[in-house]
Amino acid sequence: MDTRHVERKEKLSAVKLHASQYIIAAVLLVLAVGLWRLQVLGASNYRVLAEQNRVRKVPVLAPRGKIFDREGRIIVDNYPSVSCYLLREQQKNLDADLPLIAAGLHLPIEQIEATLKRYAYAPKYQPLPLKQDITPDEQAFVEAHRNELPELETLDEQRRLYPRDGFAAHLIGYVGEVSENDLNSSKYAAYSPGDVVGKSGVEQAYDGVLRGVDGSRNVVVNSHGKEVGQLGQELATPGQDIHLTIDLDIQKAVEKQLEGRVGGIVVMDPHNGEILAMASRPTFDPNQFLHLSKAYWSSIVNDEDHPMMNKTIQAQLAPGSTFKIIMSMAGLQEGVAETLQVNCTGGADFYGHYFKCDRHHGGVNINNAIPLSCDTFFYTLANKLGIDTMAKYATSVGISQRTGIDLPEEASGVMPSTAWKLKTQHDKWYAGETISVGIGQGAIEATPLQLARALSGIASGGVLRRPHVVLPEGIPPEQLSAVQSTFSGSGDKTVPLTAANWQTITDAMAQTTIMGTAAASHMEGIDFIGKTGTAQVMSHDALARSGGGHKTVPNSWFVGMAPRRNPDIVVAVLWQNGDQGANSAKLAANIIDTFVTKQRKAAGNLHIAETPQVDEADKSKMVTAAASSPTGQ
Amino acid sequence: MFRFRGFRDFDWVLLGFVMLLSLISVLEIRSATEMTKFHGFHQKQMIFLLIGIVVMFAISALDYHRLLDIAPWAYGVSIVSLLAVLVVGKKVLGARRWINLGGGAHFQPSEWVKLVLIIAMARYLWGRAGEGRDLSWSDVGKAFALVGIPMALVLKQPDLGTALTYLPVLVVGLFLGGMRLKQAGIVLLGLLVLGGVGLATGKRLKPYQQKRIDAFINPDTDPKGSGYQIRQSLIAVGSGGVWGKGMNKGTQTQGDFLPIPYTDFIFAAFCEEHGFVGAMGVLFLYFLILVRLVQNAQTAADPPGTLIVMGIAGIMLFQIAINIGMCVGLMPVTGIPLPLMSYGGSSVIYTFLALGIVMNIRMRRFVN
Repeated sequence: MDTRHVERKEKLSAVKLHASQYIIAAVLLVLAVGLWRLQVLGASNYRVLAEQNRVRKVPVLAPRGKIFDREGRIIVDNYPSVSCYLLREQQKNLDADLPLIAAGLHLPIEQIEATLKRYAYAPKYQPLPLKQDITPDEQAFVEAHRNELPELETLDEQRRLYPRDGFAAHLIGYVGEVSENDLNSSKYAAYSPGDVVGKSGVEQAYDGVLRGVDGSRNVVVNSHGKEVGQLGQELATPGQDIHLTIDLDIQKAVEKQLEGRVGGIVVMDPHNGEILAMASRPTFDPNQFLHLSKAYWSSIVNDEDHPMMNKTIQAQLAPGSTFKIIMSMAGLQEGVAETLQVNCTGGADFYGHYFKCDRHHGGVNINNAIPLSCDTFFYTLANKLGIDTMAKYATSVGISQRTGIDLPEEASGVMPSTAWKLKTQHDKWYAGETISVGIGQGAIEATPLQLARALSGIASGGVLRRPHVVLPEGIPPEQLSAVQSTFSGSGDKTVPLTAANWQTITDAMAQTTIMGTAAASHMEGIDFIGKTGTAQVMSHDALARSGGGHKTVPNSWFVGMAPRRNPDIVVAVLWQNGDQGANSAKLAANIIDTFVTKQRKAAGNLHIAETPQVDEADKSKMVTAAASSPTGQ
Repeated sequence: MFRFRGFRDFDWVLLGFVMLLSLISVLEIRSATEMTKFHGFHQKQMIFLLIGIVVMFAISALDYHRLLDIAPWAYGVSIVSLLAVLVVGKKVLGARRWINLGGGAHFQPSEWVKLVLIIAMARYLWGRAGEGRDLSWSDVGKAFALVGIPMALVLKQPDLGTALTYLPVLVVGLFLGGMRLKQAGIVLLGLLVLGGVGLATGKRLKPYQQKRIDAFINPDTDPKGSGYQIRQSLIAVGSGGVWGKGMNKGTQTQGDFLPIPYTDFIFAAFCEEHGFVGAMGVLFLYFLILVRLVQNAQTAADPPGTLIVMGIAGIMLFQIAINIGMCVGLMPVTGIPLPLMSYGGSSVIYTFLALGIVMNIRMRRFVN
């Protein structure tokens, strides 16, 4: 087409050209409104989002409080440790990286895959724990592969170091990751996934004191999550240290006595309820719980002696003859026992049934029935008192009641009564059933701690204390009252006991180690009193049918104290299938010996240490006086 | 004939606005790339600008009627070069858009086709359009074909963004050329029906395009995926507030959260660091430049001059609307650069070439 023929005056529509300026203005105005919406109206909102983008909160874990014994000797310490986490947001091709990660961290691939599967529904930003407590080699591996494996991250942590070989394991407990179930309950509202919490023992009961408050660092990251700076930090508040009432010397003695046996021993100061030692066998190694292997876990759950059970507060067993002290108190306070005279011919008939005694004790009264542990006497006493009177006294000294010790999962035991039977079995109580309960057999069940508290309470003139394992000094009052309300029980109380009856019972218990059932454990120079118990684990008929075996051997009990009135120490020994109560008395005697020896040594040392100090001080004072006033004379 | 009046008639005011905006662009590119491996891109941009200015002066010396004369040839060459890209082009990020010129230089023909299209459209409408005339149906159809063929080829690369920038040439041409309202209505209706049929028969967008549309409609559904770019851009713009965070202090820009903050999302980076006030300043500069272009169109000596300038203005307005609209969440992600702001040689040199033609037309506005 030839362009030259076109008329040059020709113009395009001026109106349309003019209008196009308004179109331009309109388009730009729309954009301006869009900017106004974001930058003026939405600015504060987007500023928050921008901060969330670039600032990441990295937790700084608070070290848990350490646990010491009553004299400040360390029992549970911390050690620095490094854990490896997987950040799924940072991964490029995790499946391809798996073999390298597995090789570097010395983990089976299946285990990493299992971890991934387990947390498949967890939010992507949540770091997954791959391996805890990694070695320096493994840490170097992560550092060296920052670029190839940006999904790996290490975090410094403080880990628990528990005593070896399960020493005091039941008392101390152990820590573990808070479980999904726990997180859903209101008690754990303050916890977040991955937090370490006490799972049993003191670790659980005093978790609020021990755990401290995690801090955090606000780090500036770029879009690849790489740390490029730090804005500020909130320091972690370390958990508070705890001093136990435990005396490590006594605890060692107790652990030694239980070696190779099944049962539990608890040692308490009856004046204030402080637990001086507490041990249970078989035990477990809390350190193993850090890298819990399947083999170790199955060895624990398959052990029929229940290694995880703290037998001193959780074993509910027939107390056997140790219950006779409570029977004596009931009988004396009711005015029945003082004058009761029984001729023991190796048993007696009650309600058409013959109840056996282990010996022909001949004429017995309250004074020798206790040391000789004559069943016939206490059958007769039980028959005179009746089950409900017995239950009233037993309950008053804490049988079938939790003691309120500051440890989780304390068992309450059982004290039968007419009301109890009606409630649990919807049946009436038969008078014949009362007779066995009189010697601590039948439906009655108690824990070693309950017996220690009850019997030492009686020896203290009826003053019972709330047992506890942690010294309250230095623990915030609100934490202390929280613990006490969590672990409620019968607590501190005084039960009526006349001075004469108190004297009668304690004198009779003193005879136990002199001429009675525990005479073999007599210790010269120590006012060691107590009561043995030999509790049948099955009825005589069942025993005959079973044809014997270790598990049919009676449980051996002993509750011992020193001195006889207002004792400084009470030891309750439960030796399961340990046969005669006298066997347990020997264990208790060794512990009391350790205690008394330590006390005497301390008293002696104190005396020796004081004299030269005074001399030294006086001498220096004299020198100073002479030097400062040479011209004074 | 036309009289060449020399550079006294050069539009120095327009050039002033353009250079001011280019300076802002260089500063923002420097800020956005300082902490990255693209550090130093602002210097390259300055070189592009220098080349652009030289090209602008060169092209303004040449009578634009010569361009109109060679328009049919240029159009043919353009179509061939677009076909060549499809056959021998370098594949970058799944699309063939570039021809390797050797020595590290690449050539993106689709950018230049814009200019050829503007001139070809002006040439085609010359004599068919004007005061009191209406376009016939055949004229409308041919205009559609003129733009439609290169558009289809660019879509095939695939490069939806650049293909869309050809649309304003058609719209401006038909609008100023005198398309009747009735024709426009019928064409729009036809396009709607065609689109509906296309959608219904499963001839849909490419997956990445569909994702971008989805992300545009709701950026929060997949904050780490398709919605990421839009979301980060909105945060960058919004968190800038009224006054901005300051040069080199945009956390979104410097922390590498904002994607490609020196090209497609440079306006978001600028908004973060200079706030609503700075953004309004840039918008106002664009307004001045565009209005100045329209004035030049009004004073052009003949209809093709007007059509060329308006085509250039139309493409520029379109790119501004799409790019800034994307940064503030009013438009989906399309990958269209912001003229005079985004980093990139092809874009800079095209823009200055276009400005050179505008100057050319302005300098020849007085008829003998």
